[in-house]
Amino acid sequence: MNLFFQDKLAGSLMAVIACITVFIPLFNLLTPVDSVLHFSAYTVSLLGKYLTFALLGLSLDLVWGYCGILALGQGAFFALGGYAMGMYLMRQIGTRGVYGNAELPDFMVFLNWKELPWFWQGFNHFGFAMLMVVLVPGLLALVFGWLAFRSRVTGVYLSIITQALTYALLLAFFRNEMGFGGNNGLTDFKELLGFNIQSEGLRSLLLMATGLILLLAFGVSRWVMNSKLGRVVTAVRDQEMRVRFLGYRVEHFKLWIFVFSAMLAGIAGALYVPQVGIINPSEFSPLNSLEIVIWVAIGGRGTLYGAIIGAVLVNYAKSLLTGWAPEIWLFFLGTTFILVTVFLPNGILGLFRSQEQKL
Amino acid sequence: MKPIFFRHYVCLMAIGLLLLPGLVLSDENLSQDTLTAAMSKLNAAYMTERSAAIEQLAAAQEPRAIVILQALLEGHLFNLIAENKLVIGAEIEAGYKLSDAKNGQDLGIVAREATQKINLNNALRVSLRKTLGRLELNASEVKVRIHAVQAIAKDIDPEGLVLLHAQLSTEKDRSVQDEIKLVLGLEQLNSTDKPQRLAALALLKDHASPAVVNRLNALQEKDATGQFVETDADVRNSAKTALININSKLRVYAAIETVFFGLSLGAVLVLAAIGLAITFGVMGVINMAHGELMMLGAYTTYVMQQLLPDYLGLALLLSIPAAFMISALVGILIERGIIRFLYGRPLETLLATFGVSLVLQQTVRSIFSPLNRSVASPEWMSGAWQINDFLALTWNRFYILVFCLLVFTLLLQILKRTRLGLEVRAVAQNRNMAKAMGIPTARVDALTFGLGSGIAGVAGVALSQITNVGPNLGQAYIVDSFMVVVFGGVGNLWGTLLAGFSLGIANKLLEPLAGAVLAKILVLVFIILFIQKRPRGLFPQKGRAVEG
Repeated sequence: MNLFFQDKLAGSLMAVIACITVFIPLFNLLTPVDSVLHFSAYTVSLLGKYLTFALLGLSLDLVWGYCGILALGQGAFFALGGYAMGMYLMRQIGTRGVYGNAELPDFMVFLNWKELPWFWQGFNHFGFAMLMVVLVPGLLALVFGWLAFRSRVTGVYLSIITQALTYALLLAFFRNEMGFGGNNGLTDFKELLGFNIQSEGLRSLLLMATGLILLLAFGVSRWVMNSKLGRVVTAVRDQEMRVRFLGYRVEHFKLWIFVFSAMLAGIAGALYVPQVGIINPSEFSPLNSLEIVIWVAIGGRGTLYGAIIGAVLVNYAKSLLTGWAPEIWLFFLGTTFILVTVFLPNGILGLFRSQEQKL
Repeated sequence: MKPIFFRHYVCLMAIGLLLLPGLVLSDENLSQDTLTAAMSKLNAAYMTERSAAIEQLAAAQEPRAIVILQALLEGHLFNLIAENKLVIGAEIEAGYKLSDAKNGQDLGIVAREATQKINLNNALRVSLRKTLGRLELNASEVKVRIHAVQAIAKDIDPEGLVLLHAQLSTEKDRSVQDEIKLVLGLEQLNSTDKPQRLAALALLKDHASPAVVNRLNALQEKDATGQFVETDADVRNSAKTALININSKLRVYAAIETVFFGLSLGAVLVLAAIGLAITFGVMGVINMAHGELMMLGAYTTYVMQQLLPDYLGLALLLSIPAAFMISALVGILIERGIIRFLYGRPLETLLATFGVSLVLQQTVRSIFSPLNRSVASPEWMSGAWQINDFLALTWNRFYILVFCLLVFTLLLQILKRTRLGLEVRAVAQNRNMAKAMGIPTARVDALTFGLGSGIAGVAGVALSQITNVGPNLGQAYIVDSFMVVVFGGVGNLWGTLLAGFSLGIANKLLEPLAGAVLAKILVLVFIILFIQKRPRGLFPQKGRAVEG
């Protein structure tokens, strides 16, 4: 428990998330539709979406806030996890697709494919799909990170090649030949684990699951960062050379944290897809990855819960502003971002913290 | 001395006599008379008379006759009913815009009903085409003669062949000769005489034109039973060698074309990247708004064209300095307003400038609408430079290549030879030492950033000529330009140039093999792997600044 309540802010935030996780789904399920306490299905899935973004922000904070690696390709891991989940959901459609093919998803029938490609095999099993949700992003991060950290690609260069990575994946997933639905991505899902994907019950369950996983991820991340490993990682951020001279294999620590963060991002993607009902290549766009950086920067990096606050706040503002005055949204995002970078290097949390210190 | 002088005198006299107005006039009168007579005959109702008139016109040795016959062939020759006069009419919305057939005088616009077209039947049309071809063969312009050869080749007959043979023996110009040889060769191939056919093939093997390739391919074809359509094995084989010869030529053309397209793509990349290379290399600043500064340049071109809609070329030329000024100004504002607070934190400049890029994008979207704006190309930039039938280089790409090299040279000279360049290099090498030597680093930073941004604006002018101008223009290029800078090595303009061109060519080489998208992915993967091998690019910076 100590992990959650190291400081007051983190504690209260976690409590709020726990409340959301438990009560909103319960209210939604147990109260009648016209009750004050009843939250609409829209609200429930919106909250669920925010929480997956929070998890994604948390994963970026691990590498950026704690290890100093400004990864501009975090969205790629998120999307890969999402695609793994999407593939499972596609296989669950079965004969209910437009073409009624039990084996092949609609877009493959449309492309005149005769059999399921090898990389789609096994995705009809939920367990296997969930394994892939963490393994595929993890493996990509492992290979990419191993190559990059071993040859000491650092700083700006690393940021740019992570951006190139997600850009290359964006282009690749746009191709129909890749076998992931091309431009349209994967959509028209019917059910998850036998539940109708549109049903309020499943939405509530998903919100609950997302909240629990977020809390769990937060706890684990906190624990990792407080461990000796976490301290070395933080040291790498502050003085990479010195840590290396002290005899630590810096690249191993970096690689470890990078892979862990990619896996968390993959899980976030997998939770995101059933709640929004679609995954398409635009999730790979460099802009999306940059937006994740914005969440963390605004919330305050290197704190874990700052990333959560940032992700939820920015996305809430986005839903609000894009509905109200779409032109203002980018102005708002851009200026906030400039102001935060220049004046609040520690994000919103920096404000509170410095006041706490003053007191 | 004297005899020579005397001889000159005689010569001058002779020339003077020849040029005597009366003589010339009477000569002209004579041909004018035939012209008038032939023209009134042309107006007659009977086709036979028309045919005679055509012959007469052709014999008149008058430049005007060619114009009249040309108009007749194209159906632009009319009888102006009210005055019973032959006129040439160009169709416009209100009717016909007329000019006098005899002397080209402008006769204004009349309604369609006021004129009657001089008709031709098919036989007349064929003979007219040949007559015209024969007339044009004697023209002094090479272009007209080539056109004539092609016209004769269209429906070739023995008469035409004789004509071409005769022309070949007197023709001086190489290109016309080639054209005639091509026609004769193709025709000879149809003869029944084997040595003649082989000679024709020997002639054709140096002609890389679509007609020849088709003809040679036809000689290789098999019919339904698997037998060769062409029964003579010798002819077949020598056609095959000719085809191989031509194909190897075509491969060279294709290679030249690929390299050209690669270079032009590279030029775009270099233009987009050198501004970035400066700000990145000198100041260690990652300017994510660089793409948006290019976008501003492109929009400047658009606005300039709106201001000067009738002078597209001038507008384009004026937008180069204008775009430089605007983008440089915005760049300096960004530097003074934001980046100056973030020195020593390169990753954060990346974030802040990304914020700027969002704001700029939205600004443009709000002012100009989110839709793409089309920027017109002036005439001298559209079309292609047709080198031969298989090789055409588009002008806009060509100019951009030249423009890129110009900008690059200029920038290099600025950095090498000016005071600002010296200061910029000093700050890039060692900021603190430069400061100690009295270089105003803050001012240098602002100017450097302005210079880099200005070049982005200029790149935007070039981009406006090849892609759509829209709020997302910058985003499409930002990843690519980063790749170029990183691949070339930060802080090295030559590296940027080399990287841009080699990435452009690599892209175009891979495109036919793998498709455009896959080619791009392969190049990206290549760069990612390359960075592992050489983390500081092709030409890494040396010295102490490296680890900073």
